[in-house]
Amino acid sequence: MQIEVLESGLAVSIQDLGRIGFYRYGIPMGGAMDRESLKIANLLVGNEENAACFEAPFLGPKLRFEDHRRIAVTGGEVSIKVDGREFRTWEAITVEAGSVVEFGFIESGARLYISVSGGLNVPVVLNSRSTYTIGALGGFKGRLLQSGDLIPLSEINVDVDEKNRRLPFNLIPKINEPTDIRVLPGLYWHRLTSASGESFFRDAWTVATEADRMGYRFGGGNKIDFVERKQPFGAGSDPWNIVDSPYPYGSIQIPGGTEPIVLHRDAVSGGGYFQVGAVISSDMDIIGQLQPNKIVNFVKVTMEEALVARRQKNTRMDQIRQILI
Amino acid sequence: METRFSFGGDEHLLCECSEDMSFEAFFKAINSVEVIRKSNTKGILEVCGGNAAYLVKFDPDLVHPDQLLETVKDLELKASSRTPVIRTRIIEVPVYYDDPWTKKTMHVFRDRHQEPSMTDLEYAAKLNGLATVKDFISMHHNSPWFVSQVGFVCGVPWLYQLASQENQIEVPKYVRPRTDTPRHTIGHGGCFAAIYAVRGAGGYQMFGITPMPIFEPENKFSYFNGEMVFSKPGDIFKFKPIEEDEFKEIELAVGKDNFEPLIKQVEFNLDDFLKDIDGYNRNLVKELYAN
Repeated sequence: MQIEVLESGLAVSIQDLGRIGFYRYGIPMGGAMDRESLKIANLLVGNEENAACFEAPFLGPKLRFEDHRRIAVTGGEVSIKVDGREFRTWEAITVEAGSVVEFGFIESGARLYISVSGGLNVPVVLNSRSTYTIGALGGFKGRLLQSGDLIPLSEINVDVDEKNRRLPFNLIPKINEPTDIRVLPGLYWHRLTSASGESFFRDAWTVATEADRMGYRFGGGNKIDFVERKQPFGAGSDPWNIVDSPYPYGSIQIPGGTEPIVLHRDAVSGGGYFQVGAVISSDMDIIGQLQPNKIVNFVKVTMEEALVARRQKNTRMDQIRQILI
Repeated sequence: METRFSFGGDEHLLCECSEDMSFEAFFKAINSVEVIRKSNTKGILEVCGGNAAYLVKFDPDLVHPDQLLETVKDLELKASSRTPVIRTRIIEVPVYYDDPWTKKTMHVFRDRHQEPSMTDLEYAAKLNGLATVKDFISMHHNSPWFVSQVGFVCGVPWLYQLASQENQIEVPKYVRPRTDTPRHTIGHGGCFAAIYAVRGAGGYQMFGITPMPIFEPENKFSYFNGEMVFSKPGDIFKFKPIEEDEFKEIELAVGKDNFEPLIKQVEFNLDDFLKDIDGYNRNLVKELYAN
């Protein structure tokens, strides 16, 4: 059982919820940039939340199905056509054997998650089916989709009851503009002058075109100034250099003091740039849905506020599970 | 040396043993990492060792960050009583210095370099007070190197020179990072050498290239012992200069899985090393080449 890729889309990869335990070797967790949307896509077709889906930034692939399946599309808003007929996002769609599924250009958000009942059955590498292109591992042959690829599906189509599952409108995530991204200051925050510490949270930042699974770059804010010091031995001579150290996911480095970079699911595991803190776990999904040129405000929060936000997000997911399972 | 603790969001705790790189800071980090890993503390998902720091990734649904911080502090205290001795391995790594491939890449990115009229090797020789590139290359492979961090992408080893601070090679990174570096390039930035495990972006000065793979996702090489990543923190690398003929021979042997790097088990004792660095290094190299 398989899917034939008729057109590859833009940088489409296969992702699940990623792999833990190999970051210390420089192999990142990977997995969906917007984890919640991937989970919902899976629940809509009766899959386990962790099943492998397509992650498609901006433009989805054109796919032909060999057998009868159910699919769901979440993440951004987009027009979906199955054999020319229009369907909606955030609900289960029936696809017959031989049907062709295609997408328009994304209308909002930045990434689509396309689930298939049973899941994409590429080999599990280091506990995950997620594609890590830099290491050429996981996913389909360790790379992005190409036209002509035949993507294997699980033999079993799990969506036997074919319930008309649909995410209620009020639960569809909405991203406000400008977008607030909550940050816990810390790590090497003490390197900033107090004026720069204030401007970092006051300024509006714009998503740059260099925004991918490894990291999101932002521009447009004031240049960061550093507290003067004698550079530590081994750090390098620039004031933003540190002795190379492990990088947290979500950490925000500002090389040169000009363009903050938020490391995402395919983060490099370490390096020599200072970081001002990290985006809290509950806001990482939002970053995965930001298009270039969108305006962002980094909002300062405490650890307790971060934990409250995390609990709220967990509660919301529990509510979604109750509706969809 | 007091560790500075700081949370990286709600899922990470950064533990900076020292702002400066030193052998003492590295040993503090590696010992703490080992003790924390073995503790099987609830909520800890992964511990990543660094040159002079370590990072604890945790699940705040399972352990409150304040509780985690206390636990890590206790475990670090426990680790600090350990003697700075590790059982490790010394490995001979062949390097083709001043090779044509890194040279070619270097020329593409000359506009991003501090001294566009010099090669990376000429620039490094000058900064480190050596008259010729040949002298610099000798300095680079004469003393062994210590794997002080693994990561970046695909198991890149950071290498810290087994030498006194005043004899350690130091060079800045490129002014602006390159978008390309050949796979297996021997690079240098700050006081650290590194081997690029895969082709990709990079900012380190480029000195040579090794024919010896250090990352293999498909488990094709027996000398990896089933691991995907060859390097381990604490490994000692001894570079051996080779020329193009030998480079090609090794490359061919690697392709047939006929290449077996020279590896010996050794003990590394930091206190003894610091007492007599040159003598200790001579003994390490002797152990590598002993029958």
